[in-house]
Amino acid sequence: MNIGTEACHRDIITVDSVSFSYQQRDVFKDVSFSVMERDFIGLIGTNGAGKTTMLRIIVGLLKPTSGEVRLFGEPISQFKAWDRIGYVPQRNNLNPLFPATVKEVVLSGLSGKRKWFGRHSREDYQKCDDALMAMGVEDLAEKRIGQLSGGQQQRVFLARALINTPSLLILDEPTVGIDYETQESFFHMIKHMHQHHNMTFLMVSHDMEMIKGYLGESPASTAGKLNFYIRHSHETQDCIEDNLAHSLKHLRSQMESQKEG
Amino acid sequence: MDIIMSGFFQRALIGGMLIGITAPLMGIFLVLRRLSMIGDTLSHAAIAGVALGFVIGDFPILFGLIFALLASFAIEKLRKSYKSYAELSLAIIMSGGIALASIFFTLGRDLSMDANSFLFGFIYTLTPIDLWTMLGVTVAVLLIVGKHLHGLFLITFDEEAASVSGMPVSYYNILISVLTALVISISIKIVGGLLVSALLTIPAACSLLLAKSFKQSIVIVVLVGEIAVICGLLIAGVWNLAAGGTIVLVLIAFLLLILLGRNIFSRIA
Repeated sequence: MNIGTEACHRDIITVDSVSFSYQQRDVFKDVSFSVMERDFIGLIGTNGAGKTTMLRIIVGLLKPTSGEVRLFGEPISQFKAWDRIGYVPQRNNLNPLFPATVKEVVLSGLSGKRKWFGRHSREDYQKCDDALMAMGVEDLAEKRIGQLSGGQQQRVFLARALINTPSLLILDEPTVGIDYETQESFFHMIKHMHQHHNMTFLMVSHDMEMIKGYLGESPASTAGKLNFYIRHSHETQDCIEDNLAHSLKHLRSQMESQKEG
Repeated sequence: MDIIMSGFFQRALIGGMLIGITAPLMGIFLVLRRLSMIGDTLSHAAIAGVALGFVIGDFPILFGLIFALLASFAIEKLRKSYKSYAELSLAIIMSGGIALASIFFTLGRDLSMDANSFLFGFIYTLTPIDLWTMLGVTVAVLLIVGKHLHGLFLITFDEEAASVSGMPVSYYNILISVLTALVISISIKIVGGLLVSALLTIPAACSLLLAKSFKQSIVIVVLVGEIAVICGLLIAGVWNLAAGGTIVLVLIAFLLLILLGRNIFSRIA
């Protein structure tokens, strides 16, 4: 099921005959698939198909009943490089009264050692500004996260996921509860990142229209009730570019010039 | 006015100012994680421990702490068994704590302290050892929270994202429980077992109305806690009222004032 076969395209996620049962009921059985570098994988399934469960197993929030998950080639129990993974959660978990500014939320995505009292270095602030700028939410930096619209919040969460310049971006139903136009521009941004940056995507979604529009009409593979739609991004030139901090800075101007052109 | 100059009142004031920092500080994490009732539950368990401590000898704070810790682990266990009915575990532990306390009260009939003092505080009996214990706990809580502020923010804001970023979430959960248990067990002497949770939750409630950022919210909870404890103790001292109850009423008055002020402000603006 993997398209890219070149040496540079390593396995990012390997799911090896994973089964999961909950209260003696199989949610899925013996699922195997792998996500390669620069793949965009859409994980689609009806409610109860186990999409979110699969996602939680991949990121280590749940242990599979049997089978193994490897991230960047390493068994998940030994995996340490979590800063290589950006995670955009479902938005509906957010408590609107939570006292945190957009800036604080984005900075919270930074990995690495922390100074006392959560203080940040100048470099950290620069990374934060770049991420905010790339997502076009720099004007909202000092606003309380709960005051933002759904679409703005999603951009903030994306900025937080991008601040470590991850190699793998995992999105869990990123557009639930967001109006159609905002969804469009959100997907546009993600597609752009997929094509122009060295990033691998795994997205759980119920939005068939977007998935099919970008990833093709039929799933590349199925496992039980889970459908995998795959598109590999390879036609671009900047395959070797991995300095996303640099690219993040230019993401917006790139996108804007594309729009005009 | 003489009372304010007396040694026991000044000890009360110092002790109050110490828990005025730590209790609201732990409270903001509990409230933001929707665990407000945990404070209440742990303090009920701690009452039983304090009572037992008096029955056995003179170790109320130590036994209060042990019971609060045991209760926090029991809550985690029960929470896993009941999953989405997590509050059930709180109700069970809370009533269990009071049940035990009532038995210990009757065991220690010759106690110089009556049940009231466990439930509503016995601030004027603070010893220098109590104060040193409070100081130790306060320093420890400040150091640990200061060191882990980033992690504490992350698991409070979004536990799943914290987990995906490789943070040891269960370690942080235990850390919060242990610190809360510590703070509660040193607070019982001042505000009483039944009123401790007010000192954990009401400053946080004020802060949610005012704070624009997480950093602000921490500054505000501590300020509100401090001012309320000092005002409450002075009022209680001058008019000879119950100290714990006065502090809590001052806190509630603050909350009402902030709500009122916000309403007026939003009408003008």
